[in-house]
Amino acid sequence: MTRYIAGVFLAFCFMAAFSHAQAAADLNVNTPAVAAVKAAMQARHAQLSAYYQSGAVGLTVEGFVAVKDASLVPLSQRGALAGLVNDENTDRTHLYQGIAAANGHPEWEGEIQRIFALRWIDKAQSGWFVQREGQWSRK
Amino acid sequence: MNKLCTLCSCQRAWLLVAVLAAGLPGCVTINIYFPAAAAEKAADKVIDEIWQLPPDQAAPVDHAVSPPASPAAVTPVNDSGSQPANRKE
Repeated sequence: MTRYIAGVFLAFCFMAAFSHAQAAADLNVNTPAVAAVKAAMQARHAQLSAYYQSGAVGLTVEGFVAVKDASLVPLSQRGALAGLVNDENTDRTHLYQGIAAANGHPEWEGEIQRIFALRWIDKAQSGWFVQREGQWSRK
Repeated sequence: MNKLCTLCSCQRAWLLVAVLAAGLPGCVTINIYFPAAAAEKAADKVIDEIWQLPPDQAAPVDHAVSPPASPAAVTPVNDSGSQPANRKE
């Protein structure tokens, strides 16, 4: 009887560990919500990339974008630029939340954001401004 | 005696269940760790899609089927003694 119970318990533990190992192999980034956010960000990138290049907008250590130097943009476009940056950051928040939720762990949002922050900066093209230790630096 | 023993083993069984049940949260706790490597991979994929980057430079292009514009450009390996003979020691 005791052997039986212990056996069942051990089997359960192994199953739990194994199913987790499989789940950990990849994070799910393909929910409709995440796909919608990605599509919106992809479309917005066409507008933002010029601002990254000019140095008007940079990538922050928190995994967001920020207006770094508004004076590089004509006065008439600054309102639109602020809107773009705002929308991008809203979508980025939704992206991090969405990926965490898609994998059943909403509490992972912060960790996911931290990793994205590093990867955005790492993948930024040369000439773009990125934040490192609170300072803007040009890649 | 027989009855007493049955009781004993029953109690032992319950004690074992209690101990194992106490161990279960440990099992679950180990299970819920943040998969950093998987997250990094996912981040790369998502960023490549959003910024429309080629999926990493680490994909070597196979030039095996590239039609040569001028066959004369292909330099044959010169095996007429340009290589020094292997030393035998």
